Amino acid sequence: MANKLTHLKELESESVYVLREVAAQFERPAILFSGGKDSIVVTHLAYKAFYPAKIPFPLVHIDTGHNFQETLDYRDALVQKLGVRLIVGSVQESIDTGRVKEEKGYNASRNRLQTTTLLDTIEKYKFDACIGGARRDEEKARAKERFFSHRDEFGQWNPKNQRPELWNIFNGKKNMGEHFRVFPISNWTEMDVWQYIYQEQIELPSIYFTHERRCFFRDGQWLAAEPCMKLKPDEEVVTQRVRCRTIGDISCTGLTLSEAHSLEEIIGEIAATRVTERGGRADDKRSETSMEDRKKEGYF
Amino acid sequence: MNTKGYLDMELLRFTTAGSVDDGKSTLIGRLLYDSKSIFEDQLEAVEEASRSRGNEEVNLALLTDGLRAEREQGITIDVAYRYFATPKRKFIIADTPGHIQYTRNMVTGASTADLAIILIDARNGVVEQTVRHTYIAVLLNIPHITVCVNKMDLIGFSEDQFEAIRKKYLEVLRKIGAHAEVNFIPISAKYGDNVVKDSDRIPWYRGGTLMHLLETVPIGHKSGEEGDPMRLPVQYVIRPISDKFPDYRGYAGRLASGALHIGERVRLLPSGLESHVKAIYQAEKAMESAFAPASVSVLLTDDIDISRGDFMVSVGQAQPQVSQSLQMMCCWFNEQEMQLNKRYLIRNTVSETVGVVKSVDYRVDINTLEHLEGVTSLKMNDIAQVTLRLAQPMVFDRYVENRTTGSVIFIDPDSFETVGAGMIVDG
Repeated sequence: MANKLTHLKELESESVYVLREVAAQFERPAILFSGGKDSIVVTHLAYKAFYPAKIPFPLVHIDTGHNFQETLDYRDALVQKLGVRLIVGSVQESIDTGRVKEEKGYNASRNRLQTTTLLDTIEKYKFDACIGGARRDEEKARAKERFFSHRDEFGQWNPKNQRPELWNIFNGKKNMGEHFRVFPISNWTEMDVWQYIYQEQIELPSIYFTHERRCFFRDGQWLAAEPCMKLKPDEEVVTQRVRCRTIGDISCTGLTLSEAHSLEEIIGEIAATRVTERGGRADDKRSETSMEDRKKEGYF
Repeated sequence: MNTKGYLDMELLRFTTAGSVDDGKSTLIGRLLYDSKSIFEDQLEAVEEASRSRGNEEVNLALLTDGLRAEREQGITIDVAYRYFATPKRKFIIADTPGHIQYTRNMVTGASTADLAIILIDARNGVVEQTVRHTYIAVLLNIPHITVCVNKMDLIGFSEDQFEAIRKKYLEVLRKIGAHAEVNFIPISAKYGDNVVKDSDRIPWYRGGTLMHLLETVPIGHKSGEEGDPMRLPVQYVIRPISDKFPDYRGYAGRLASGALHIGERVRLLPSGLESHVKAIYQAEKAMESAFAPASVSVLLTDDIDISRGDFMVSVGQAQPQVSQSLQMMCCWFNEQEMQLNKRYLIRNTVSETVGVVKSVDYRVDINTLEHLEGVTSLKMNDIAQVTLRLAQPMVFDRYVENRTTGSVIFIDPDSFETVGAGMIVDG
């Protein structure tokens, strides 16, 4: 019988290879951990890449202050279990110290403000490689990303002048003050991520599964009625059975009406769905190229 | 798609070559659309973008052109990666621009591809860029080439014209000296003929659709077979230094080819030291054997000095070459011209050394396939055979034998940019 890896095994092997390259090529790498399924998978892959040693990177969480409590609880438990260091960059602190200004209006979001906090955190801890869970299938600007993505001294991405990336040879060389973003699961799709979580039986924050939540409907999607969300006069709060398909901060996480209790049920739902996962993300709907614009500034 | 089937799928990586005018983006859009890999919100976004540009029909090309500049200029600038799956396979498309100034992007996309789709506009037949794209596909040693003769609707689905293009193309292949397996499919990407669905407008064509080919083409070249020489470039040494694992030294890496077994006698290069495989791990899972392209951690029976960049090979098999001089086909990527005798960092798998180009043996005109001699520098997008001298010996295989251990990149020591790629011809 021919020696063939399944596609999930091949993807896992590629990601583990990328993570080991990061450990070998950089002095101060970190994992950007959002509490979402993608960064959870990246952290799981890092665990596998370096076992039985501990993950040789800290987890960095950029906290908008508008996070679901379930995500924070999950994060703290995971850090405890893995014995890794957690570093939190606070958007609230960036607002309080005047580094950024809070958006106003009903659709105000701290999503874009995170970029400043992220870049400040990178500078403070002198991280030279930030590992993220972004995938190329997520969004059209991300489809052009490299595994090792160079950032200039202002943290900016220059999509028109990226380093060519051939075979599996990664060039992480840089000048002082520059850094890299590294995306080990570039080649995974949303379905791959869910199937892998299922195959590896990876624990997830509870809000990925169906639960009752107070919600309201805006611009074609359900949002969580949390104190940080400002409701319009005609918006009504109702209790629905929902789950998150992606997790961002509360202001930009669309909720899916769902009865999915298990990973199998979630996979079934995703196989049948006709809307992309970022279709539920208000941050991407701002313009045709909003992701590219944010990424150029230094966003995740 | 049930969970069981999905967990058994294989992965096929392919690249597409052709210019915007050949309908490349339309073809990719068609593959995604007809395989139901496009979601409603993506389609709505493309419909709206098409309308705002005054296009009457939905422009499927907008699905793949992601950057602002690309959408504004209607061209693809950079390699874009696309994903779709059918119940049989998962696919990764490296979508690369076809313009001559983007040869480097095509080389990049081709470097990891198992199959290349070469698009030909049926009205124009085999043109200069067809030769260029084919040359690159062959140079990068892509195992399968599929020629899609597109816009068949515009030539009245003529079998004669299709046959003429096929003959002309086979001549080009002979001239290049290609060994790849080649298939020809008459299609209309715009209307979907022979892409995912069979066409009743091309009754004389008896082969399968492009999708059928993509789903069934053998992926036997990933080199994980028992007979293939085992190559494990050591990437990283795992040393937990904990109470539970006081003496653990795991040599971590991704198998570039072949299979590795417990008890096997292995040699480390370039040192030549030998030992036996004591254990093979993937995280906490102990394995009897592993094969390419798996990432593993290997424990040896002897405590020998091994570090990143060393090559683990099997003692009983064909050995890689170890040399300080290299002959290779090189594609230059940077606006800064390649200079003779300038120091570059040469990286092969995970090891790196300083090297200088001693001579350019010849440059290839990739439109006419002529070899030009007397060349002393290389411009961006040039392809040439060069001879290198290295500061330290490099362990490698010939590129035609192993795409992983036979490839290198050139890094500029001042800008740190990746300025070139090389495919090793010999030591």
